[in-house]
Amino acid sequence: MASKYSNMTVKAYRRENGRVGVRNHVVILPVDDISNAACEAVANNVKGTLAIPHSYGRLQFGEDLELHFRTIIGTGANPNVAAVVVIGIEPGWTKRIADGIRATGKPVAEFSIEQKGDFETIRAASWAAKEFVHMASEYQREECSISELWVSTKCGESDTTTGLGSCPTVGNMYDKLLPEGITGFFGETSEITGAEHICQKRAINEEVGERWYKMWKAYQDDVIFAHQTDDLSDSQPTKGNIEGGLTTIEEKALGNLEKIGRTSQFIDILDAAEAPNSGPGLYFMDSSSAAAECVTLMAAGGAVIHTFPTGQGNVVGNPIVPVIKITANPRTVRTMGEHVDVDVSGILRREQTIDEAGDALIEMICRTANGRYTAAEALGHREFSMTKLYRSA
Amino acid sequence: MAEIPHLLVHEHDDNVGVVVVEGLTAGTDMLVCVTHDNSTFRLTAGADVPIGHKIALKDLKEGDTAIKYGEDIGKIIADIPKGGHLHTHNCKTKRW
Repeated sequence: MASKYSNMTVKAYRRENGRVGVRNHVVILPVDDISNAACEAVANNVKGTLAIPHSYGRLQFGEDLELHFRTIIGTGANPNVAAVVVIGIEPGWTKRIADGIRATGKPVAEFSIEQKGDFETIRAASWAAKEFVHMASEYQREECSISELWVSTKCGESDTTTGLGSCPTVGNMYDKLLPEGITGFFGETSEITGAEHICQKRAINEEVGERWYKMWKAYQDDVIFAHQTDDLSDSQPTKGNIEGGLTTIEEKALGNLEKIGRTSQFIDILDAAEAPNSGPGLYFMDSSSAAAECVTLMAAGGAVIHTFPTGQGNVVGNPIVPVIKITANPRTVRTMGEHVDVDVSGILRREQTIDEAGDALIEMICRTANGRYTAAEALGHREFSMTKLYRSA
Repeated sequence: MAEIPHLLVHEHDDNVGVVVVEGLTAGTDMLVCVTHDNSTFRLTAGADVPIGHKIALKDLKEGDTAIKYGEDIGKIIADIPKGGHLHTHNCKTKRW
């Protein structure tokens, strides 16, 4: 059925694989921590490029290594990225990452440092980066349907106002745009604790619900109970949550789940940094609840815009994905206004309905897709944090 | 709504509400709004309670269950009078 959202379009970049991106980054991507310096030198040489330094990539193994590859390849493959220069210490893993990104059809150049040193690597990589910048800077935005956007969500520095205002605003957006065919992501496995019985019922069918519960239970058993030193009361809710008025994990989880609205159901479960492959719809990604880690994983899964409800005022951003901050807390609007993209504090004053707030967020998603810098982009927030499953060899 | 509410309650079954104004002081005659249907009632604040923190809508006794979103959010571990501040000092998860 056609709605007022059906004909909405945005001006965005259509990539070689048909996906739609809202930014046009030329990324200089390290395979491993010791290649950060070379990447940053290339980004310094060639304006219009973006280095994404990170902390890992050596002596990882097993599932943890697979997650590392998935995160780095997914970041390069994200449609917000026009082209990628990959630099690693040795050629093997460097090629694996470059080939993984190349599968999207976008231009990729790879360089490894051993037997050449930083100088020679930086020289060669800078030439490639410069060619990519010339090419990408001539790419034009074109009209794309709003349904082609992949939009993720995760909240942070939550308080009681997130459950009243900013999370239901995101939920209202999903209730309106998922039927139009967008792809959505939510997650934060640990923060569902307390509302897992409700979350399970939001699966599209019993089979998906049971798989979801198994995933959630495995996290409880393998991570929480295996590693806890006391109960989780110092970490969940966090000190900031408690300062904001949240008392228990149940209360926090119920507010968190407001992000999937009243009618939305999730159609499948994704591993961390995994790209959806069951078509348009809402996906649950098994992910950390730490802001930078979660946004990084969802970006690696292919999200091109992130909606981030906050209560007490989380300031997180991401290097490649615009993060739209939404708050209903009037004190946060007053004291941290430079971080807020969508002020829905009118909900608390009963001057704005959830429906109106949802429309305001959809409008901001369109403006952001068209090129408007988010607060996090304007303020230079480029947090990129890898999730690590266990210690390296 | 001409007057701005002091306290928001999600559902009619809830026994706690959230302070949504800054600087709420004890004795304030609060306008309370139930967001489910925008119905309102009045309640006197029993304490100075910061924005975002919760207030008990009725007398709650040790062992009672705190209800918000129409759901169990934890157990009361110390008596709270109607209008009193409800937080980690008198309410706790039932999980641990």
